[in-house]
Amino acid sequence: MRLWRCSVFVAALLPFLWWAWQVASGQAGPEPGQYLLLNFGQCALILLLLTLSLTPLMKLTRWKGFALIRRQLGLWSFTYGVLHLTSYLLFILGLDFSALGEDLQRRPYIIVGFAALLMLLALAVTSNRYSMKRLGKRWKFLHRLAYIALALVLLHFFWVVRADMAQWSGYALAGVVLMLLRIPVISRALGRIVPRRGSTRRAPRTS
Amino acid sequence: MLIRTRKRHHIGENEVTSESVYHARRHFMAGVAGLGMAAALPRSVWAASEYDDVEQGSRPDWFASRLDNTHWKAVAAGENDKLTPFNDATHYNNFFEFGTSKDDPYKHAGAMTTEPWTIEIDGEVARPGTLDMNQLLGEQQLEERIYRLRCVEAWSMVIPWLGVPLSAILKRAEPTSDARYVRFQTLMRPEEMPGQRSRFGLIDWPYQEGLRMDEAMHPLTILSVGMYGRILPNQNGAPVRLVVPWKYGFKSIKSIVRISLVREQPPTAWPTINANEYGFYSNVNPDVDHPRWSQARERRLPNSLFSPNMIDTQMFNGYGDEVASLYKGMDLRKYF
Repeated sequence: MRLWRCSVFVAALLPFLWWAWQVASGQAGPEPGQYLLLNFGQCALILLLLTLSLTPLMKLTRWKGFALIRRQLGLWSFTYGVLHLTSYLLFILGLDFSALGEDLQRRPYIIVGFAALLMLLALAVTSNRYSMKRLGKRWKFLHRLAYIALALVLLHFFWVVRADMAQWSGYALAGVVLMLLRIPVISRALGRIVPRRGSTRRAPRTS
Repeated sequence: MLIRTRKRHHIGENEVTSESVYHARRHFMAGVAGLGMAAALPRSVWAASEYDDVEQGSRPDWFASRLDNTHWKAVAAGENDKLTPFNDATHYNNFFEFGTSKDDPYKHAGAMTTEPWTIEIDGEVARPGTLDMNQLLGEQQLEERIYRLRCVEAWSMVIPWLGVPLSAILKRAEPTSDARYVRFQTLMRPEEMPGQRSRFGLIDWPYQEGLRMDEAMHPLTILSVGMYGRILPNQNGAPVRLVVPWKYGFKSIKSIVRISLVREQPPTAWPTINANEYGFYSNVNPDVDHPRWSQARERRLPNSLFSPNMIDTQMFNGYGDEVASLYKGMDLRKYF
């Protein structure tokens, strides 16, 4: 299981290394900052979708491996989100914080993206055992913010699309399916597809 | 006859070339002359050597036959305008017929057939007709015009176009007094253009753009058939595209198959999708933001990670002296 966690770690780090190498070797085009910005943002969204797919996957397969990497993938999604915001600040705004202030007052898609990242920040700082213990039942409630963050990220992306909805539609469809799988009736049905083994009648984790 | 009026954005060659480079060049030319070569070189070879890192591409007759008689540097680069490298100008494009990523046009535009090519000129003209490239260009001399290109997405480039004034071509078709706007249309060929096949596309193909008659007749407005001393690459709008340097790049429609002179303002591609974000005029204007980002500054390409190469955007992309009078009395916040 340690090997599994390590390989997930490496797999999540690889896109960053790949894009960094492309920029360093001049393969990222005439506007490398924009290239990183778009890739980091998209990667954060994909990782968020993957994180949210782990619970249904675990229910379906009963393989604990999926649960083991949930926190890690969530943190990776947050990390790429931070890289996305950093690229925006550094490469698009040229570290002009007053321009960010202006954006945050005027531009809905920036506000929505920023709000999503703040939610992921709240989840990231409470993703340790201490916080789980301290927050008790409220922890689970708090971490449902991930659903709202996903909706906001999709809205943020929607407002950036200009001429073709194909890619956005794919992500939105994935998001909708993941949310549907969390409706209690569907979620319980999902758990019955693979029959339970023996008498180990442990209640499946929900969330 | 070519009347050359020197505008503020033009600068003399003596103003840009440093003395040391000037003398080095003399030295080099003396060497070349000593070999008895310089006089023997046709001008097209001279021009090509200006862009010696640029691969030539195909050279159909209608293009090759005009190169020797081209007026090079008819509009020179502005003071701070460094030419964008050819590789960047041809690998970083918006041409949504081939996909929405910046590298899609380079990847997919090779499939577009551009030879032979015809353009239909119709509408409010006394002489409508279908012209091939030779007929379209007629007796017109090609001119090299180095213009700034400002994309609505806030990046910009500096590109040496080869083209002819649009006015000359429109005049030949003899517009009637009812011709108030010009509508342009891009090629519609889904089998060669993957973007036109997308079921999620928002643009109502074929892509359409338009100008008011006085904008179309303005001396800065050209139909371009080449860049960097060579023919236009497909992703840059081969074989013929519009270039309107004081407007956002999307107004400069690519791969034109039809030019219609019309009475009413035509429904152009971007305002049709989203009238709040894109206007018919789309003049470069640092004071009118795109709803999603500021237009006050731009990123001159190429840039690098830690020097984003941000510069202040100029009203009418710096061509205000020439074009501001077209919009006298108009509220450019309303007619953006």
